[in-house]
Amino acid sequence: MTTRDTDWDGVRLHVVTGKGGTGKTTVSAALALALARAGRRVLLIEVEGRQGIARLFDCPPLPYEERKVALGLGASGGEGGDVYALAVDPEGALLDYLEMFYNMRRAGRTLTRMGVVDFATTIAPGLADVLVTGKATEATRRRVDGRSSGHLYHAVVMDAPPTGRIGRFLDVSTEVSGLAKVGPIKTHADTVAKVIRSPQTVVHFVTTLEEMPVQETLDGIAELRELTEGTIRPGGIIINMARPAMLDAADLAAAASGTLDVAELVVGLKAAGISDNHGLAADLMTELSEHAQQVAQQNRERDEVLTAGLPHYELPMIPDGIDLAGLYRLAAELREQGAA
Amino acid sequence: MAPVKLDMDRLIDDRRTRIIVCCGSGGVGKTTAAAAIGLRAAERGRQACVLTVDPARRLAQSMGLTSLDNTPRQVDGVDTAGGGSLHAMMLDMKRTFDEIVEAHADPDRAAQILANPFYQSLSSSFAGTQEYMAMEKLGQLRHADEWDLIVVDTPPSRSALDFLDAPQRLGRFLDGRLIRLLTVPARAGMSYMKVLNAGFAMMTSALTKILGAQVLKDAQTFITAFDTMFGGFRERAEGTYRLLQTPGTAFLVVAAPEPDALREASYFVERLDAERMPLAGLILNRVHVSLAARLSAARSLAAAETLDVHDQGLDGPDGSGPRYGLAAAVLRMHAERMNLGKRERRLAEHFTSAHPAIPVAEVVAQPEDVHDLDGLRVIGTILSQQNP
Repeated sequence: MTTRDTDWDGVRLHVVTGKGGTGKTTVSAALALALARAGRRVLLIEVEGRQGIARLFDCPPLPYEERKVALGLGASGGEGGDVYALAVDPEGALLDYLEMFYNMRRAGRTLTRMGVVDFATTIAPGLADVLVTGKATEATRRRVDGRSSGHLYHAVVMDAPPTGRIGRFLDVSTEVSGLAKVGPIKTHADTVAKVIRSPQTVVHFVTTLEEMPVQETLDGIAELRELTEGTIRPGGIIINMARPAMLDAADLAAAASGTLDVAELVVGLKAAGISDNHGLAADLMTELSEHAQQVAQQNRERDEVLTAGLPHYELPMIPDGIDLAGLYRLAAELREQGAA
Repeated sequence: MAPVKLDMDRLIDDRRTRIIVCCGSGGVGKTTAAAAIGLRAAERGRQACVLTVDPARRLAQSMGLTSLDNTPRQVDGVDTAGGGSLHAMMLDMKRTFDEIVEAHADPDRAAQILANPFYQSLSSSFAGTQEYMAMEKLGQLRHADEWDLIVVDTPPSRSALDFLDAPQRLGRFLDGRLIRLLTVPARAGMSYMKVLNAGFAMMTSALTKILGAQVLKDAQTFITAFDTMFGGFRERAEGTYRLLQTPGTAFLVVAAPEPDALREASYFVERLDAERMPLAGLILNRVHVSLAARLSAARSLAAAETLDVHDQGLDGPDGSGPRYGLAAAVLRMHAERMNLGKRERRLAEHFTSAHPAIPVAEVVAQPEDVHDLDGLRVIGTILSQQNP
């Protein structure tokens, strides 16, 4: 056990969703780093074939194979655990499934050649989804050696499809039972669903403080609750790329309402050796009032998204784009705020 | 080298421009750009129709897109003095699909298809179907010939290119050996046993194992019922694809000045070129500029520090006099904005130096999200006034 509890103790499968452009992959990676405390192994899974994880960790494209990509975030200067990554695609998952459950790898290749995977993903995406989520749940349940030993992975983080698709993606047993009332794929879907609907699994929502992502987050949480009658648990809301307010609240309010004193700024500029030529102070005031509006909008959207009543975390905008150092910084924020 | 400026008004005033496709990765403001272009075109005299996939709720409301009946509705509050008009619609993927089935199959068969679990899964899922249905709807609107300009906002695909792949993907699917084998019974009646070669036997046995016999049978029923329609599907998808290649179409790639969005935009530009799709330019959205650019970030920060030192001096025992906290904070804010603008400029230059011939229109970041026609007008004006 750790020295202090985190908000998600006991959770072993973290599903991360969010609207496109909100930094879902980045947040998934940061969460994996934060979860990988010393001596722990965490698996980061990507399902959309974009190789976003490889790009973030600056390594060659990931094959369908669990590979170590980074060391987790250590505690007070020490080394962290191990972060492994895996890119799952429906085709690889199908071959895997056939081999694991039927010892039929060769037949799997035939199926691939015959276009069965294309077929399945085209006419019945629910089938492809169950193979992909099946791989994640299998990794979640996997033991080091045999039945009674500990879990191989302390936690699994899945960079899942976007908010608009997450309900259906996770509601595998319903999706599949529409197609198959009985049979092996139905049994498989039920096993997968059991893990996804257990307290071991939560779904985190990544959003920015903008209207569309916030709206989609609230819709996604509602849809998840409705589709699965609360059996799939929403986790936390992770606000990403928040821009800090650069002035205190009173000054911002005054700036927004246009009641801030330009003269005070002119005097300040002069004291710093900057003359107010060509209305520099007025231009800075306009800039400030835009900044105030932006902060006000962020505050409104934050209030709005928190109506969902879920634990929340806030990650700052990393100005120069995300590199490895930025990822560790976000991981530290997540851990600091109790997410991992 | 400065990039070529995009002349938006020339594009929308040119009556030969019949379709404008806004594409780009998710979250870059495609929908807003498409709506703003549609509105501006309408107010400059075009009979414009905006086909959108996933608008923000308040923007949708402001355009009257509240009823989901899958047909374009006239947008109120548009200045029609120039003789133009604006219609808008939000794509209802499942409904579009159902309508195709109903239009192209006899009633019995249509009912059979609509009730099939495979059809239901296919028509309500997001993977691929949305892209295809957007193409289909675009084809329908163009064919209806009620509008002289259609502005489309492409689906927020995991890859912004999926909609270009729709016809090919469908073709590959239809030409797949699996489909042919599954539909053999329907085509050849009793004699189909002859084609039961070793590969097919192995495949059906594997499929039965994975899916169960019932699923396979449902799939077969679905494919068989659908078989007669498939040809038409592909023909129309290919028709729309060719339509997109004609000079009446203009693609606009939308991006925000962020690494991922610009990487996607580069990829998109190259792909459009490879597919011989007519690219009109890049819309670089949410660019941060400063009115007070004459004060550099470095000088601004240094000045803020000077003021800090001054204020700290006042904290001493005999401190009195004016404090400059506000000015220091404003200078810091300005420095950050300048730095942000500089980073964005650098990212944009990566793009423009790789694609120097592509005209660019920049839209400065709005302090708040756009959610009404006035907001759209502002964006439209910015898009059209690119020359300093």
